[in-house]
Amino acid sequence: MYRYDEFDASFVNQRTEQFKDQVRRRLAGELSEDEFKPLRLMNGLYLQLHAYMLRVAIPYGTLNGRQMRKLAHIARTYDQSYGHFTTRQNIQFNWPKLEDTPKILEELAEVEMHAIQTSGNCIRNVTADHFAGAAADEIADPRPYAEILRQWSSLHPEFSFLPRKFKIAITGAPNDRAAVQVHDIGLQLTRNDAGEIGFVVFVGGGLGRTPMIGRKVRDFLPEEDLLAYSEAILRVYNRYGRRDNKYKARIKILVHETGLEELKADIEAEFEKIRFGVLRLPDEEVRRIEAYFAPPPLEVGNATSDAVEARKASDAAFAQFVAHNLNPHRVPGYTSVTLSMKPIGGIPGDASDKQMDVIADLAEKYGHDEIRISHEQNVILPHVKLDDLPALFDQLVAAEIAEGNSGLITDIIACPGMDYCALATARSIPVAQRISERFGAAERQAEIGELKIKISGCINACGHHHVGHIGILGLEKKGEEFYQVTLGGSANENASIGEIVGRGFSSEEVVDAIEKLVDTYLGLRNGKEETFLEAYRRVGEDPFKEALYGAA
Amino acid sequence: MKVITANRLLNGDVVWLAENGSWVERIALAKVYDGKEAVAEALAEGLEAEKNQKVVGVYEMDVAVEDGVIVPVRLREKIRATGPTTHPELGKQAQAVSA
Repeated sequence: MYRYDEFDASFVNQRTEQFKDQVRRRLAGELSEDEFKPLRLMNGLYLQLHAYMLRVAIPYGTLNGRQMRKLAHIARTYDQSYGHFTTRQNIQFNWPKLEDTPKILEELAEVEMHAIQTSGNCIRNVTADHFAGAAADEIADPRPYAEILRQWSSLHPEFSFLPRKFKIAITGAPNDRAAVQVHDIGLQLTRNDAGEIGFVVFVGGGLGRTPMIGRKVRDFLPEEDLLAYSEAILRVYNRYGRRDNKYKARIKILVHETGLEELKADIEAEFEKIRFGVLRLPDEEVRRIEAYFAPPPLEVGNATSDAVEARKASDAAFAQFVAHNLNPHRVPGYTSVTLSMKPIGGIPGDASDKQMDVIADLAEKYGHDEIRISHEQNVILPHVKLDDLPALFDQLVAAEIAEGNSGLITDIIACPGMDYCALATARSIPVAQRISERFGAAERQAEIGELKIKISGCINACGHHHVGHIGILGLEKKGEEFYQVTLGGSANENASIGEIVGRGFSSEEVVDAIEKLVDTYLGLRNGKEETFLEAYRRVGEDPFKEALYGAA
Repeated sequence: MKVITANRLLNGDVVWLAENGSWVERIALAKVYDGKEAVAEALAEGLEAEKNQKVVGVYEMDVAVEDGVIVPVRLREKIRATGPTTHPELGKQAQAVSA
């Protein structure tokens, strides 16, 4: 994986020193809160309902055992012994003290980690497919490009005060697991007829209060033009993006108001000015960065494992885990394993310090010291030998991260909601917990099949509810929590924004409503192979509406 | 009826303004203000404390007094006054001192 060079190390250390001094000046009264707030946000430090919250970057969701162990140590030493994996592949600590944060950043820097680009109106941490470098369907590992974008965007002087935050996601596979079409820039690796690597480029996707699917601006952007073209997009956005209204400041609004063709022309014109300049990516530099992401040496093995088959026959929980939590690896004999951070009735994305330590140990023991965080708030060991699965599973069971529910109805994305977040209008996590309990039986989940429920506690949509097959948005109505339900959203290569199905539900009613939707689907699907989303797309909303509200 | 609330600058703890300009960690001990002028005065006192690096994010919030106990009106403030509903072992609810 990527290792800091001297420049990276000194940059992160400087930033830590700088923040230490900023905290000192704040506590001494030399900086007011108005002056300090943008500085702390540049270092990932928010103020939430109960306490400060520190968001630590996990660039493109990749880390190793040593780094995970450091996160466990921070949770234990400076926080309440847990952390929360987010929908942007980061981790949040919910209880740090302001006075401790410089020390925390120092500790993070020891393992090449930081909280830069996790907040503020800058180019945020680039996210990527969590199976990057491992998936059988991958054209190329997207992370070298994510790292190149990281190097270009960190402290980019022109883009440090954008109209609003800016999110880039990249996937290396045709099956989009990085939700690229709901990002400000979405990149999908592809090959042209000559076999050369390039990118399909989407611009102007996003969720929040005005959800939009990104518009395609390039079918094939050559690899060497990645930075120049990105810079051209950012320049157009920086120049024309609205600064008068925070809620209209994202690039998606600019795309919508300007029109795709005009904006594309603006981007291309800007691109022509700079494409042969310093941002042109030299091939040897791409290959140099790529070398950092070289896969571990993996021996080709059998596509099936006798040990796995034998255990499956005798252990239903293991069989369920194998059925749902493995992703095909490009090397026969290996697999990518999803460790479920969604125990039945548990809090989506939370990991205790002990669990983080276990994950670090298991990554070192069974996974070539590689760990990924998914935007679906799970943890992945990307390179595991099939034969090691029974032993790995036993240790996951002991750590309570072995639920075989990846992609199923209890694998819910939920934002922190009003249990933590100062912006929230309703709670998210308790709704996720109740749905998880309602559908938690292994057979029932497996019978329902792939179904993505995503829950946000306010219209900012951190829980991605717009792209949930079933989306739930928590609002406040007359002082009570109130949940609006959307259907038919999707964040994959066939992305769509869910439609509001009808009037919302009280906290008491919402889980029953979800059950009615699920039962309706089970009653009308063309067999088990037709997923909820496929069935919804086939029949439309009427049967679901009728189930919820009666005949019109 | 209103109380004035904020977070302590140093550790982020939720606090409310009480008698003599002190900031208390239990809403039960907060001072209740009634009437526009009293609230505005209290808010000004709170903002002064923000200038003096005691607290951050000062604002007024609605409360009711039920059987002599101060109760936040909005759920958000109820959760702030107790702790995450998902973690009964954390936050103020875990510091078992009866009001």
